[in-house]
Amino acid sequence: MHARTEAASETAPETKPETKLSWPEEIFGILQRFDVRQVPYVPDAGHSQLIERVLGASSMRGIPLTTEEEGVALLAGAWAGGQRGVLLMQSSGVGNCVNMLSLTQIFRFPFLTLVTMRGEWGEFNPWQVPMGSSTQAVFELCGIKVLRASHPDEVREVVEAAAGQAYNACTPTAVLLSQRLIGAKVFTK
Amino acid sequence: MSKANLLDRRAVVSSLLADRKQAIAVGGLGASTYDIAAAGDHDRNLYLWGAMGGAVMIGLGIALAQPKLPVVVITGDGEMLMGMGSLATVGLQKPANLTIVVLDNEVYGETGGQASHTTAAADLVGVARSCGIADVRAISTMAEIEAYALEMQDVASGPRFASIKIDSANLERVLSSRDGTFIVNRIRGSLGFSPI
Repeated sequence: MHARTEAASETAPETKPETKLSWPEEIFGILQRFDVRQVPYVPDAGHSQLIERVLGASSMRGIPLTTEEEGVALLAGAWAGGQRGVLLMQSSGVGNCVNMLSLTQIFRFPFLTLVTMRGEWGEFNPWQVPMGSSTQAVFELCGIKVLRASHPDEVREVVEAAAGQAYNACTPTAVLLSQRLIGAKVFTK
Repeated sequence: MSKANLLDRRAVVSSLLADRKQAIAVGGLGASTYDIAAAGDHDRNLYLWGAMGGAVMIGLGIALAQPKLPVVVITGDGEMLMGMGSLATVGLQKPANLTIVVLDNEVYGETGGQASHTTAAADLVGVARSCGIADVRAISTMAEIEAYALEMQDVASGPRFASIKIDSANLERVLSSRDGTFIVNRIRGSLGFSPI
């Protein structure tokens, strides 16, 4: 895993109080409030802070996967067993999930995924661009509603809306966390 | 094509589920789902008619949510091969109430009997062991199946994995419900969860 640069300072005005929660911390709080228990993930630098919080939380179980589609199936099972979950992954993993996403329609279960975006906004690695460019369309073709957060100030309301419609209305939903929000990955020798 | 000394898949699954008590059973895409249906419809049967490669992960999600209930995934070699990474995920989580049973006929029976990787090379018992699942075994007799059905009820000593070489004869399909929402909500209802 590699560090990412901080998001551009213009997106986090200095007028905000210093006690303001970071956006990963806000996401963690939302997951707690919605009683999310199973958190399957394929690691991404953009999710690293949230993953650390999940692994340290007694009420949640962080579950590392070998491939993202495992997480879709896991969440279907969690729902059958009476628990809520959320899948954390990077945009490149979305294509791995396509057939397994059938389960969201077949079981009509409350599927929520938070996807950190690559292949956009100052991307260095051309290999990330094809999947990053089709991530939203792939989700929509699979019947998943897509919301996007590009600035720290909107993460909370976007993720709250997504969790609300996923868990309350069984509307499968993906939140794309823009590379603009996370910061483009820096490659140095 | 039948081979001598291989177990009958319907007899195996019927024996595993004969005294299932509170167990939840997940059937992988293909003949395993028919086998579970043939053993008798049940509120806690999760029949898969798709999502190939997902049976073990669905079982893991249920097992983590319901740690006091036995959860058994019954699937075929082709379905297991497609989701082989999930054995590594199970090996890491070590859910003590999860049992994975692979009915290995070494062919893709549903699509014309093409040979699977287990015919000549892949050793799923070895894979499961290497993924960190301590209780792994190859089962070849009905007496072992009967003993395994009892062990499956122990929710403190898993995860466990068994491969059972079965006869590859195609049997009459026993069709379960194909309505996923009905199937999953029936399981939820049996666990005391209301519809949204």
